[in-house]
This record gives sequence, C-alpha cells and structure tokens, in this order.
Amino acid sequence: MNEEKTPLLKMQGIKKDFFGNQVLTDINLTLHEGEVIGLVGENGAGKSTLMRILFGANMIRETGGYEGEIMINGEKVQFHSPFDAIAAGIGMVHQEFSLIPGFTTTENILLNREPTRKSLVSDIFSERLNTLNRKEMEDRAAAAIELMGVNLDQKMLISDMPVGHKQFTEIARELSKKHLKILILDEPTAVLTEKEADALLSAIRGMAQRGIAVIFITHRLHEILSVCDRVCVMRDGKLVTDVAAKDTDVPQITKWMVGREVSENSKPQAGGEERHASAKTILSVSHLWVDMPGETVRDVTLEVKEGEILGIGGLAGQGKLGIPNGIMGLYQAGGKVMFKGEEIPLNAPRKCLDASFAFVSEDRRGVGLLLDESLEWNIAFPAMQIQNKFLKSYLGGLVKWRDEAAIKEITQKYIDELAIKCTDSRQKARELSGGNQQKVCLAKAFALNPSLLFVSEPTRGIDVVAKVLVLDALKKFNRENHVTIVMVSSELEELRQTCDRIAIVSGGRITGIFSASESAETFGALMLSNVI
Amino acid sequence: MNTNEKSGFAKFIDSFGLPRLIITAFLLLLLVACPFVGADLPTQISNIISRFSWNGVLVLAMVPMVHSGCGLNFGLPLGIISGLLGATLSIEFGFTGPISFVMAILISTPFALVLGSGYGWLLNRIKGGEMMIATYVGFSSVSLMCMMWLVLPYKSPNMVWGLAGKGLRTTISLEGYYNQVLAKFLAIKIGNFTFPTGTILFFAALALAMWAFLHTKTGTAMTAVGSNPVFARAAGINVNRIRLLSVIMSTWLAAIGILVYQQGFGFVQLYMAPFYMALPAVSAILIGGASVNKATITNVIIGTILFQGIVTMTPTVMNNMIHMDMSEVIRIIVSNGMILYALTRKTEAAT
Amino acid sequence: MNTNAKKREKAGAFLRQSSVPIMFVIICAVCIPISGLSPSYLINEIVTRMGRNVFLILSLLIPIMAGMGLNFGMTLGAMAGEIALILVSDWQIVGIPGMVLAMIFSVPFSILLGWFCGKILNMARGREMITSYIISYFINGVYQLVVLYLMGSVIPIRHGSIKLPRGYGIRNTVSLLNMRQKLDNLIPLTIAGVKIPVMTFIVIGVLCLVIIWFRRTKLGQDMRAVGQDMQVARDAGINVERTRIISIIISTVLAGIGMVIYLQNMGNIATYSSHSQIGMFCIAALLVGGASVDKASIGNVFLGVILFHTMFIVAPKAGAAITGDSMIGEYFRVFVSYAVITVALVMYETQKRKRKSLEGQKLAQAQKGEQNKGQKEENEA
Repeated sequence: MNEEKTPLLKMQGIKKDFFGNQVLTDINLTLHEGEVIGLVGENGAGKSTLMRILFGANMIRETGGYEGEIMINGEKVQFHSPFDAIAAGIGMVHQEFSLIPGFTTTENILLNREPTRKSLVSDIFSERLNTLNRKEMEDRAAAAIELMGVNLDQKMLISDMPVGHKQFTEIARELSKKHLKILILDEPTAVLTEKEADALLSAIRGMAQRGIAVIFITHRLHEILSVCDRVCVMRDGKLVTDVAAKDTDVPQITKWMVGREVSENSKPQAGGEERHASAKTILSVSHLWVDMPGETVRDVTLEVKEGEILGIGGLAGQGKLGIPNGIMGLYQAGGKVMFKGEEIPLNAPRKCLDASFAFVSEDRRGVGLLLDESLEWNIAFPAMQIQNKFLKSYLGGLVKWRDEAAIKEITQKYIDELAIKCTDSRQKARELSGGNQQKVCLAKAFALNPSLLFVSEPTRGIDVVAKVLVLDALKKFNRENHVTIVMVSSELEELRQTCDRIAIVSGGRITGIFSASESAETFGALMLSNVI
Repeated sequence: MNTNEKSGFAKFIDSFGLPRLIITAFLLLLLVACPFVGADLPTQISNIISRFSWNGVLVLAMVPMVHSGCGLNFGLPLGIISGLLGATLSIEFGFTGPISFVMAILISTPFALVLGSGYGWLLNRIKGGEMMIATYVGFSSVSLMCMMWLVLPYKSPNMVWGLAGKGLRTTISLEGYYNQVLAKFLAIKIGNFTFPTGTILFFAALALAMWAFLHTKTGTAMTAVGSNPVFARAAGINVNRIRLLSVIMSTWLAAIGILVYQQGFGFVQLYMAPFYMALPAVSAILIGGASVNKATITNVIIGTILFQGIVTMTPTVMNNMIHMDMSEVIRIIVSNGMILYALTRKTEAAT
Repeated sequence: MNTNAKKREKAGAFLRQSSVPIMFVIICAVCIPISGLSPSYLINEIVTRMGRNVFLILSLLIPIMAGMGLNFGMTLGAMAGEIALILVSDWQIVGIPGMVLAMIFSVPFSILLGWFCGKILNMARGREMITSYIISYFINGVYQLVVLYLMGSVIPIRHGSIKLPRGYGIRNTVSLLNMRQKLDNLIPLTIAGVKIPVMTFIVIGVLCLVIIWFRRTKLGQDMRAVGQDMQVARDAGINVERTRIISIIISTVLAGIGMVIYLQNMGNIATYSSHSQIGMFCIAALLVGGASVDKASIGNVFLGVILFHTMFIVAPKAGAAITGDSMIGEYFRVFVSYAVITVALVMYETQKRKRKSLEGQKLAQAQKGEQNKGQKEENEA
C-alpha cells in the first residue's frame, strides 16, 4: 500500500570500510511511515555500523565517512553529528543507557530540552538563565510516557529504578522529541523481563499506528515475527534478505543469518586432518558463574579434552567472554574448576598461572599489554614473575636480577617466529598496530609454556593477513607443543576453521557442544536458543 | 632535509619538555650572568652542589610511589615526621657525633615502617584519589605532631624550651651532634669551592640501591603495576602488596632524606616546618622529566640540580642585577607551574 | 523484611553522613564548659564570624553541584578581592561606596582567574581537586609578583601609607579603617547584648535566594547533569567544558565578593596571608556542616559555620585550661581542620569504590540464588 508514496527513509548503496576493511557493501534499505522493520544478523554483520551511519555518529566521520546516499522524504541528507540526525527526526535508543542517575524520569526525558520561562535576568545575560518550567516538563514527559503506553513513575530517580524502567525512560525521551519520525531500537529487550518485553512490543505497535517508523534490532527472533512488518537480515556487511515478516519463520531467518557458501579454504578443519583425539579430560568446569558486566555467565558446565582446541562461540553479551575471564580470576566468579584432577581456586589469578594456565585477553590495550613499556617487558613479564624465568640469582636467591640478555633473546625469538613488525625489541607496545599487538599478547602467553591456553577474541579488530597469521600460530602451538587451547570468538567461521569442537553459549549457559564439522545452521540455532 | 631537521628538533623538545627546556636555559643564563653581576661562580656552584646533596634523598623518595602508580607523594611529611622522631630521640638518648646520625636512622626506621604501612593501607583503599588525600594526610599528621612536640616528655636541655623546661623548640641546633657529619667526610676544598663528598656518596649509594631494586623481579613488578595495574593483576601480581611496599619505601626514604637534609643544614626544624617540604621535592622530580606515573633516577638527579640551582642562584644574581629579590616568587611560580604542567598532561593513569 | 533492611540502610546512611557534625557537636559540648567563656561572648563571636564567613563558604556550593568537588581554587577569588580592595583604598574611596566599588572591581579579576582555573581543570579531569589546590599556590606566586613588585612600580599606587618604604610593593598590612565593619553596622541592631550585622545578613540572605533560584535555571540543571555524568550530558548536547568553566567562574566571583565582606569585618588586609588559609578553613567548615565532596546544601553552610567556629573559639581556651599551654589548642584546631578534610576525602573515595563493588556483590548473589534454584531443579530431575 505504501508503494506509491515516497518512502520516509531511503538508504541507497551504502558502503563503509574501516581502513580498507570492508564492513558494509551496497546496502539498500527503505522505510515507510508507520512501518516496523526488524534488523537481524550476527555480531559483526554490520547492523551497528549501518545504524551509526544513519544516526550521524562521530566515529563514522572520523574513520573516513561512508559512500552512498541517505534520503529522508525524498530529500538527500548529510548528517555531521547525531544532533543533525535528531533534528531530522531520527531517534536512537542505545544498548548502553544514557541517563543521569540522580535525575527523575521527567528530568531525564527532557534532558537539555527543558521548557523554560524567560525572566529579566535571562534577557540581559543568557538564555541559560531561564528558569525551568517544572509544570510543563511534567506534562510533556507524561505525554511521551502515554505515547509509549507503559506506566512510569515520573518522580522516581533513575538510580532507584529497575533496569527495565530505565529502558522505557530512554524510549520515552526519544518519543518526547517533537519531530520524531524514525526510532531506532538497538536490542531494547535484552534487559527486560518477559512481561516488560511484551509491554514494549505493544508499545512499538502503538507508535507505528501513530505514524512513527521503527527499526528494531534484536536477537530474539520471535519478537521480530510478532511485531515487525518486514525482516531484514544482514550477514558479512551485506543485506541478504528483505522479506515480509508474515512470509518467514525462525528457522529460515536463522539460516539466512549464518548460512554461507562453504568455499575451498574455509573448510572446517576437523574433517580435513587426522587429529590425535584424546579421550582424557584435562579441565572440567562445573556450575561456573561469573560476574563480568555485560558478559554474565550464569551456569556453565564444560569439559575440555587434552590436546584439543575447543571453541566457544555465541552472540555478544551472552557470556562467552565471561568464561575465560572468570576462570582466570579477573572477575568475581563461583563454581568449581578441576584441572588434571586438582581443584583450581577461583578469584586468584596467581593460582591459575601457577597451574600453568595462560590467558590472552580480548581487551588487548586494557588487560593484555603494558602499552608504555617495551616489547621485551611485555613478552617476558608474566614468565618472569610466575616462573622466575629470565632472572639471575645473586646472594643465594636473595636478589633476583633481571636478565636483560635472556629477555632480549626470547623477545627476538618470538618477533621472528610470529613475524611481529617492529623497529626493535625495545619499541613500545603502544606504537604497534593492532595485529602486531595481538601477536605480542600471544608471545607473552607462549613464553609461559602453558599446558592450557585461553584465547579470547584473538582476531578482534585486526586485518585479514594478521588474522590468518594469528590463527595459524595458535594451531601450530597446539600441534607442536601439545597445548590444549580454549578459544573464544564471536566469529563462527573462524572457530569452525580452527577448532576441533565448538561449544555455544547463550544466556550465560552452554546450549550445545558439537564437532566443528557440524553445519553452521546448527550452531546458529544454538546461539539464538536461550538468548536473554 | 630542512623539515627533517625541524621535526628532529621538535621531537627533542617533545621528549625533553618545553618547560624543562626553559628552566634549563634560565639556569644557564643565571650561571653565565654570574661573573658579570659580581657573584663568585665557584661559591655559587658549590652552593648548588651542597643544596643538591641535602635534598637529593627527599626527591629520591618520590620514585617508588610514582613507579607503583600511587602518583606523586604529596604525603612526604609523614616520612619526614618519622625522621624527626628519629632525630629527636637520638639526641634525647644522649648520642653525640656521627653515632647520633646512625642512631637517628635506626630509630626512625621502625616509625617509617609503621606509619608507611598505615599510609599505604589507606592509599590502597582510595585508589584514584591518592594525591589529594596524600596531601591532607601529610597536613593532618604535621599538625598532630605539633601538639605532640609540646606534650611528649622530652627532657634533653639542648632541645626543650629553656624557660618552661618542657616542649621542644622550633629549631634545634645539631652542633655537637651530626652537623655536617656526611658533608665533611672526605670533603674536597679548592679555594671557594667545596665538594661535600660524603653526602654525595651517601645519596649515590641510595640512588644506586634504588636503581638496582628497579632491576630486580619485585622492582619490575612495581613498574608494571604503575604502568597498567590490570595487566599486573592478570599476570598474577598482588597489586595491593606492591603498592604498599612502594609507599613504605617512599616513607622510609623521606625519613632518611630529612636526616641528610638536617646534617647539611645544621638544624632540626620542628612544628610547621615539614608542612611545605613535599612541594619542592615533587616539583624537583617533575622538572627532572618525570611524569605522574614515570620516573627514573636520572630524573631525580637532573631535577634536583635544576630546582636547587634556580633556588640558590636567583637570589644572588637577581639581587645584584636589578636589586630586587624576586627569588621566592620565582620559586613559587616555577615549582607550582611545573606540577600543574604534569597534572594536566594526558596520561593513561588518569582514567 | 526487605523494607526493614532498607530502612536500616537508610538510617545507617544518615548516621554516616552526619557523623562529622555529630562529632563536632560532642567536641563543642565538651569544650564549651571547660573553656569558661561566657555565653554572651560566645554568641557574639559566633554571630560575627557568621557574618564574616558565610558568603565565602557559599561560593563553594556551585562547583560541587557541577561535580568538580571542593573548589580549593576559591583562593583565587579571595586574591582578586584583595587586589580590588588595595586599589580602592589607594584611591581613598571610603565606606560603603568603597566596598561596593571593590566588589565590582574584583569581578573582572575573578572572571579572568576563574576562566584560567576552569580551563586548566578541564585539562586535568579526574583530578580536579589536587589541581585546583596546586593552582591556588601557583596563582599565589603570581599574586605576590603583582602586589610585591608591580604595585607601585608598574601599577600606580599613590598613597605612601600602603606602600613599602622601598617605594614599591604593598605593606604586610593594609588598614581598612575607613571601611571597617561599615556593612555590618549599616543597620545597627543589638539584641540582648548581641550585636547583629543586619546588612551583612541581608546580603547573605540575598545570595542564598540567588543560589536557590540558580538551581532552578536551565544552567543550574545543566550543571547538575554535568556533575553526575559528563558523557550523558555531552550526548544530550550540553556543552560540558563551558558549563564547568562557568561554574568555576561563578564560584571565583562569589569568593571575590565574599573576601571583601570578610575583610571589611576584619578591618585590615594581611596582604600576603589573608587568602592563604581561607580556602582551607572554608572547606573545613562546609564539611563540618555535613557536606561531602559531591553533595552540599545551604543548610550545611550554616550548620558548618556555627559548629566549626564554636570549636575554633573554644579550643585554645579549653586546651589552655586542660594542659596549661595555649598553643596546644591552637594546634588542635588546625589539626581538626585538616583532619576533617582528610576524613571527608577518604569517605568520599571509599564510598565511590564501595558503590561499585556493591553492585557486583548484588549481581553475584542474584546469580548464586538462581544457580541454587537451577541445581535444585536438576537434583529433582
């Protein structure tokens, strides 16, 4: 029925690359007044980047802008900042709350858009000395809340609110903007209880009836089917499907999300090679919970076989990152971890390292590296502290002196082995590129000669060539040194190429473990099965 | 070619820091101006060296806490108080001559360890707000000790007020105790130039020990904790213990530092005197090129020479040149300006 | 049970918040009888000191609102006020007109210094307090340069009575005899032997109203937002840097005017020391009134002034009465001022950390509960 009218939003031929890394290819998307579309895709499929472009995010401009056109009501627009996008009637509710904790619902809804009263003083000095018109603030906030159709206490402080109400406050804030035409909801139901989520879905329907177009991003596919007019599936930076919601179902969407042609070089490795499959369990984890913000692990039970590479996959925020971080003692954790028949205490990083675990963190710059120190220090430090390597003892062990020559030697060895691009072994870690920093992190872990290595997101944010090198290095380390590796990654394809078995985490629990040769659709279904 | 040279020079300024460059140039200017305004250069230089020798250890005391990421030790007065307790008790117990210096060090050590542990425990509780709280811990302890100096039952007639017979004097002469005890050891005298060999050697020994410590396993861990505490924790380091150790070391060095200062100066200064002793030491190490979370022994040496050079040279040269003693004002502006510069520079530790 | 625990939590929080004022009430209650000071003397003194100090302390409120902590840089305003007073007294403008002129004249200096301070603090985010503290020392050096060397040599000073004998620089003390308590005595009122500086109180009252009004303005609302979460405020389109600078400028300007009021009551300027301790005493008084680094109200100011200055008056006498040495009391009150600030800073930092870890604990507990439930279900199955 909307065919003849000019679409409210038309995105045409959108392309975006980050430093040569193509993340969006030729996206075409239209949106009509009062229409609700569901945008789905794996993490890294390009949903967020696309929405950032639409919202005029600063980081898009800082990384070289985008190609293609955005038209609103048939007119070409170019947003220089989110404020331009807001002025054009686009509202976005982000995953992270953007609320002032000590302010009430009303104050947050109207933050920096408060209705004011002029006075003599403000005439002389500045408009900022207008007094707030509290009554009208309440009225406008009430109107926005009513538009949303969910009950909110307007006088409650954000800090006292349950998390769902915070989400509703954010939505109400967008609705209170007068010219709102398009509302982007980025996984709004992730933090809601079932009841709240239902309320939100009906709110979305209500908004659509009032003519607001909604772009709804979520991993809960049944929500999409129940509320959206159309479903758009993204994969590897492409819009692969754009279909009416009534013509599809959950299994089909899942297939679109993960399904891809299996090419020659991306053959799952388990099938291809002879593997020394061992039946012996080296690590067993039972009922692990980890309090890692944003990556909460609820109840994970898992067994790792000696000599294998076990992959852990799943969508962002489902808890896969929490598993290695919790076991290694970096976040508060509980449960039981047994290694070679001995219990490893939790919340004590030193104990894990003493038990010959090593960990390559996903947070390279925050946890993985001493950015302001030399490569030598970065690579040698843990081994020096844990295993007294690279030290010379004097006075009967009383003085443990740093052995600079040995440190240089080991660093040079790994620089050659992993092809780390640097001026010399004394260069500061900060000055290296992301891929080379990642290699330094690996070298640091290798230098510990671990018997069990946890690797978390080893290829995040590095270019294709470095990716291959890093994955090959891991495989080689596994084969030649017989080191068991647990590798956590958001990229299913990467796991299928590298690992023997893959465990999928969803909702803080393991939803299944299969051989890497299992079909991508199976893993995809597991990823979405328990999403919270 | 030209641009290359320029960038080389810019790089040099960048690494050396513009303020440091200005201060060095200023000091050189003062030295050059010295003979023209009728001041005696050898006397001036030996003044700088001896003031360097008095203050070196106090500046050195900054190093451990900077390394462990606790920031600049504005709580230096706490260590100074330990030193003062050592000094006064050593005199009270009747030690004289060089022995009184050794005893002062020995007696102040347990105080420094105890106060340092308490201070370190507190600083581990308030990570991120160390510098402000350190300042006020220093102030509170100094004012608390003001009362203590009055109340504690000191008896030695050389120290208490003659009239009342109790309560310590504000300044106590070290004549007959350890006045110049290090400075006179192997001192070299050529005309107007004196070199306090003993004090310099003492400082060199402590600086060498610090340098050596930073090359040991624990010292390496300390630097790593300051550089990135999360990294250190992930590498199995007990971050709090390392920080505590650094605070104790810093406090103890401050105690030793004030004793060295006293032997050069010839007096023990009590009551409000330790109050403002942190700021000169802080700015000296910053002038030497340290930042809020990086410092080396070289920074200590260069910084102390530059800072003390300016403090000693400006009064004489300025006075002779324009008949205005602006040295105090210049000292205040330079030292605090330097601290401001360091605080406003973007560092990783800020986040 | 839940509500009970919440109530207990609330009561605990209240006790923790008011622990400092309660401690001071106890100190004062013990010291007043020992000091042997007569009630009328005591009340007279407290009323005088209220008139003298409240305006200055009120200047601290706005940066706290903007999340910039205790403004140790208020000293800058004090210096601006002093410079204005020195100039005005050199011009021989006396009485109320002189005071008003000094206040007006201090404003441009305060704005300039406040802008400088705000700029620097924006560069040192996360360590505003230590930075503003060092700024106060730095500007003190500049102030000395101006007053001790430039005044009389570059800046014309006509009157010999305030100049140093050497021909330039200002004397250690500048008499303000012509202005002395002119504001306090403008409307003379004595109730039961207590002299009340009515006009000063009226000025203070007006400032309180202005602050209350200011909180209701758009700018005030923006400051509160910036104070609580800079990133959110920025995302909402508030100019965070500018807002922070404005808050420091307002504080500095108020401190400058406050200093003029303070000095007219004292009757003379101690040129090189009047301002040096003023920041510390004002901050201590505010904290004694129950304020914290991130929260302060007008009520805190008044309560703080009364408690802190009562302690200040009685401590030396009480100390002398107990130990026979008046210096003990002097040192005691200095110690208490510093200790109060130390305790407040420590409490602020530990609570900031506790809040973080508490959230973690709650999460862990919830998960544990859920997990137990899960286990039970498993067992049953």
